Amino acid sequence: MLKVAELRVLDFGPYEISLNPGECLVVAGPSGSGKSVLLRALADLNISSGTVMLDDVAREIVSGPEWRRMVRYLSAEPGWWAETPKEHFKHPDRIAASFALLDLAPELAIRPVSELSTGERQRVALLRALEDNPVLLLADEPTAALDDVSIKKSEKLLRQYLKAGGMLILVTHSSKQAKAFGTSQLKLGRKSDGGSGS
Amino acid sequence: MNYVSLGIFDLAAAATLILINGVISLFFSLGIARTLAVSALRMCVQLAAVGFVLRYVFAQSAFWLTALIAIAMATIAGFEIMSRQKFRFSGFWGYGIGASALFSAGFMTLLFAMILVVRPEPWYLPRYALPVLGMILGNILTAVALGLNTLLVSARRERAGIEARLALGQSWQQASNGIVRDALLTAMTPIINAMAASGIVALPGMMTGQILAGVEPVEAVKYQIAIMFLIAGATALGALIAVLIASYRLSDDRQRLRLDRIVRKS
Repeated sequence: MLKVAELRVLDFGPYEISLNPGECLVVAGPSGSGKSVLLRALADLNISSGTVMLDDVAREIVSGPEWRRMVRYLSAEPGWWAETPKEHFKHPDRIAASFALLDLAPELAIRPVSELSTGERQRVALLRALEDNPVLLLADEPTAALDDVSIKKSEKLLRQYLKAGGMLILVTHSSKQAKAFGTSQLKLGRKSDGGSGS
Repeated sequence: MNYVSLGIFDLAAAATLILINGVISLFFSLGIARTLAVSALRMCVQLAAVGFVLRYVFAQSAFWLTALIAIAMATIAGFEIMSRQKFRFSGFWGYGIGASALFSAGFMTLLFAMILVVRPEPWYLPRYALPVLGMILGNILTAVALGLNTLLVSARRERAGIEARLALGQSWQQASNGIVRDALLTAMTPIINAMAASGIVALPGMMTGQILAGVEPVEAVKYQIAIMFLIAGATALGALIAVLIASYRLSDDRQRLRLDRIVRKS
């Protein structure tokens, strides 16, 4: 389980979060309220103070990369470092099966990333983030650029992830999605208003 | 050795050619006539000063005086690295990284050159040590400035890709691999090109100088080849030191990407 206490990042916080396996915390708030910053802080990509514990392991105990192998940040605008999607996966042999889950043609794996549509890239990034089964997924608007069919498929994948014992912190602007997934909610206000879990 | 000595009237004759630049500036209203005059004057004053300093240092041929001049040269070159970068690290690191690469690579190569290659008597003979150091530093300076600039510019440009790798649990070393390689490659390209082109496109400056001073061409070529290898080694070493320290500074103990440590040149 995830336990966050007194988490402060930049001018935001303090945040208190507690999350059990299979649960989803929905983070809502206007743009500029620090939603992405909170997720980045949880993944230790931004400097933050406070306690963050995963299954009784404090983040300071493990190295940054080890922490991020358990706590996976999925950016709203996923980044790419190689030519094709295939090179971004640890197990290229399993790509065909996982691509099928989100209606992505297997040929897409060897097309240049720059030729993929925004929606295709977003789905590939979701698969990439879930590839090695992180303990906690921090998803920043994971379905923002998708059509209805793709949204359904992606949500199904996220539901399976939760059912298998995963934890999810979800930033979304869709109240429908928030209602469907959220077992708890964190509402963020404008700068330094702080947030209150419920 | 025999060479034609230049008198003050010979220099004045050469200086008339700068009027061509001035006329072009005025005719096309480029507005650089003033800058041009100042630059030309600076060149004369600076070179004259260097000439007299070197004459004095050569005459003394003392170790500590030579070392002092050498350190001053490297210190100034360090500032030049900083001024050539679009982005640099904030605080002392902005100067320190380039300067430490210059000092370590520069003086290691100089010692190597003096003790094992040129072998003058004494080994620090300023007439050899200072010009050789000047050539080494000038080239390390270019390489380090290019390497650091490439590293910082690509770190900013590739931010999304680098952070995606970090977010997936890769180490900083893996995540920064691409920009480090880019930086090293960019830093080493000029000397590789210079080696390939030398003698065909242009006669290297030092060799030209020696030939004008009356050295037999094949002798001058031998010096040039030795210097080219020294420069190649020195630039590679300097770029490696600078890029590795900079890459270390771009990250922290949690292996994050720390772009907040970079500032734009004001």
